[in-house]
Amino acid sequence: MHPALSVILFTVASGIGYGMLMLLALFLPLAAGPADRLFGAVSLGLALACIGGGLLSSTAHLGRPERAWRAFTQWRSSWLSREGVLAVLSLVAIALLTLAWPILAAPVECIEMTAAIAGLLSAATVAATAMIYRSLKPIARWHNRWTVPCYLTIALASGGLWLDWAGAATGVDFLPRAVAPILVLLAAVVKALYWRHTDGLKSATTIGTATGLGALGQVRPLDPPHTAANYIMKEMGFRIARKHAAKLRRIAGGLGVLAPLLLVIAGGMVPALDRSAVLLAAPVATIGVLVERWLFFAEAQHVAMLYYKADAV
Amino acid sequence: MTTLPTPGAVRLGLVIDLDICVGCHACAVNCKEWNTGGNAGPLSDYQPYEAQPDGVWFNRVHSYEVGDGPAGQTVHFPRSCLHCDNAECVTVCPTGASLKRAEDGIVLINEDVCIGCKLCSWACPYGAREFDEDVGVMRKCTLCVDRIYDEARPEAERVPACVSTCPASARHFGDLGDPASDVSRMVADREGMALMPELGYRPTNRYLPPRAKGSGCSAHAKSPALEPVMPEGTGFLGWLDRLLSA
Ligand code: SF4
Ligand code: SF4
Repeated sequence: MHPALSVILFTVASGIGYGMLMLLALFLPLAAGPADRLFGAVSLGLALACIGGGLLSSTAHLGRPERAWRAFTQWRSSWLSREGVLAVLSLVAIALLTLAWPILAAPVECIEMTAAIAGLLSAATVAATAMIYRSLKPIARWHNRWTVPCYLTIALASGGLWLDWAGAATGVDFLPRAVAPILVLLAAVVKALYWRHTDGLKSATTIGTATGLGALGQVRPLDPPHTAANYIMKEMGFRIARKHAAKLRRIAGGLGVLAPLLLVIAGGMVPALDRSAVLLAAPVATIGVLVERWLFFAEAQHVAMLYYKADAV
Repeated sequence: MTTLPTPGAVRLGLVIDLDICVGCHACAVNCKEWNTGGNAGPLSDYQPYEAQPDGVWFNRVHSYEVGDGPAGQTVHFPRSCLHCDNAECVTVCPTGASLKRAEDGIVLINEDVCIGCKLCSWACPYGAREFDEDVGVMRKCTLCVDRIYDEARPEAERVPACVSTCPASARHFGDLGDPASDVSRMVADREGMALMPELGYRPTNRYLPPRAKGSGCSAHAKSPALEPVMPEGTGFLGWLDRLLSA
């Protein structure tokens, strides 16, 4: 599938923001005493910027962005519509949390309650985003049980690293030190299982079932229907060489997993470097996640391309 | 509404005879011609007079080679929307622009509502939906809904443009929900095929497979040599012919 930059940016950035909210909801009740307002302002500001910027970027993908509001209407059947509704609801909850925590410094219970609601809605939004892909039968690399866990764990890992970033920037220790590295490892394991599963997929759909001619023998394209690439070929026909994919997977793993882990370990060993290490870990890891998300699209193959080429998808 | 209606009794669709199709692309061209001027039009073209012309078409005709050796054959394969019963292109649509009609099963796009998110084209396994870059909306076959119900037309002309134009009569239009209809009987007689049945979209359109051919070159070798169609020449020219052929 064609890796559209606007959609890659949206899923990565909103994953960061929603991941931060999920962790705030979980860990605010564990914090000793009222939570720091400056830390609240920085972390919520960052989350809002990521989610808002991501949503704006996703509308750049639309042919008629001025009609985007219509996408809230079909939540009964469409995961894209559900994602839109949930995204707006969680934005409202995050705005309320911003009001209650850094702006008004409301009572702790009020902050925790709002955070819990915002965290739940955030998790639901990330799951809905993943379900958009997971529900597409023509794309085997997406239509499998690993897609949703990948989106959720990567959002949590990115959210953990960026919460630590906000903590380092404001001089507040919010998350226990082990949380972000554990989440990064968890995401790495889940993504590795995703790759293992999807690399081994054998599709029942072939050019034989696509044309119905398989029973007559091997089917080979002879003449294409048109001389220049059409929409289907441009949108679904994006292919990445296997050896490049392998290299990019290593880059994603290096930047998204190894680099932040090493930085956190180095920071733990040399206290003078700790702050800079944490401030560096989140952006580096995010570059790795961008590569991972690019691959999520670039490696996915659509069965419609079988009509244009004989090999399996 | 993008939830699918309870399937009605009438399921309009096409039956395409792959034994007869000669791959002339007339159906695709007439489809483009009709729909670019009809309700769904105009269908944008990009750089139509350059080396790499592209544009929105509802129907594309592929040609394949099938089988090997004497059993090998060329099969021409028109590809367009199959108006699936389980049209997931419709259920994924976030706006309600994509819809399946309860009364005849036709799958349509309301292009005044479509936001051009392209998700429906990802959900269609058959590559039947094409995005119109100039208008910013998705496009697809309408089964010529603006022709087949047009009472101003003589009844015989109330068929999709592709069916009316096919010079080989390889395309048939009718109600596949009615087991007694001509199209349903054709499908029953010739074991009409659904494409990619394993994905569960339950397409309405059916393809009739190529008929079994003779067993190839060995059959030709057995047929008797052709008789001369002209009698042997007589007279001077006959003598000259025999002399020169010797
Ligand atoms: S062929 Fe594709 S566009 Fe047409 S109804 Fe089926 S899934 Fe939808
Ligand atoms: S491109 Fe248009 S018709 Fe297709 S899913 Fe999006 S809004 Fe619906």
